[in-house]
Amino acid sequence: MAATVITVTSGKGGVGKTTTTANLAVALASGGKKVVCIDGDIGLRNLDVVLGLENRIVYDLVDVVEGRCRLRQAMIRDKRMPELYLIPAAQTRDKNAVSPSDMVRVCDDLRQEFDWILIDSPAGIERGFRNAIAPADVAVVVTNPEVSAVRDADRIIGLIEAEEKGPARLIINRLNPAMVKRGDMLSSDDVLELLAVELIGIVPEDENVVISTNRGQPVALDGKTRAGEAYQNIARRLSGEKVPFLNLDEKEGFLQRIARMMRAGGD
Amino acid sequence: MAGLMEWLTGQKPKSADQAKDRLKLVLINDRTDLTPAEMDELKNELLAVISKYIPIDPGGVHIAMSQEGREHRLLADIPLKPAKPAARKR
Repeated sequence: MAATVITVTSGKGGVGKTTTTANLAVALASGGKKVVCIDGDIGLRNLDVVLGLENRIVYDLVDVVEGRCRLRQAMIRDKRMPELYLIPAAQTRDKNAVSPSDMVRVCDDLRQEFDWILIDSPAGIERGFRNAIAPADVAVVVTNPEVSAVRDADRIIGLIEAEEKGPARLIINRLNPAMVKRGDMLSSDDVLELLAVELIGIVPEDENVVISTNRGQPVALDGKTRAGEAYQNIARRLSGEKVPFLNLDEKEGFLQRIARMMRAGGD
Repeated sequence: MAGLMEWLTGQKPKSADQAKDRLKLVLINDRTDLTPAEMDELKNELLAVISKYIPIDPGGVHIAMSQEGREHRLLADIPLKPAKPAARKR
């Protein structure tokens, strides 16, 4: 086995990087693959709570890097899945406790044993991002259809290209089809036109994401919700399958509007 | 024209369209590391240099940044005035 390292990043905070990492990890692992995810957000760890594994942490990434434990001791196995592991971040240290070459070394040690290594990047464009992107084979950029998130995504895509980790793949998260329909939210086509990168997934806004995160049970554990299905589809696309995009964001054109007005007038 | 479209379609400018238009400009500025003021300065200097050699028609000048994928291109459309209008006179 030789793992593919996927780094999930965004520039802006709060767009859903950790949720995306957790759900992609679960979706990839539910297909029977061996998956390990690494929380790259040292000092502000969260991948553990999103995955519902917070009570099982003994050692963390910084312990591994500083030689206080073996790599295997810091790997928490998710018992809901055949082969899903988490390496948590340290909570009481900062980003400088780990270097880009540390991350490359840790991933190289894991590559032989896993199919997928997912790294949850912290927000920002400094050390934490450099750490997370250093071992990446594939860079996944998460954005929301919203001006500040798109702008920061563009910045981070430029940095990914500069680090020769491109082409970046884009996930548009929290798209609200009703708002897109009435022209109050950027559509996925708008975002793609602006950022000019390859789209790998659209995740609709779905309150099940909050509910499942409350419970520590990522939505992708069952593909019955819209967001869960979207994450499952992204995992399949990452695995090389051709999966059509769910059609969520048809813009209402002039003719459709006339048709709708005529229907309304007929009532 | 905008008013007519608004009347025809019964729509105010969509906020999504405004977001897209604003982002287009912001991304050009971010990617080129050029502020709108510097861009104006560039245009003015460009025109000054060209008009040193050939007379141009300032009213018809169109200079803009275009985007193809993630690449940008500075497009300048600068109409020239006839070189020697006096020679045409009979």
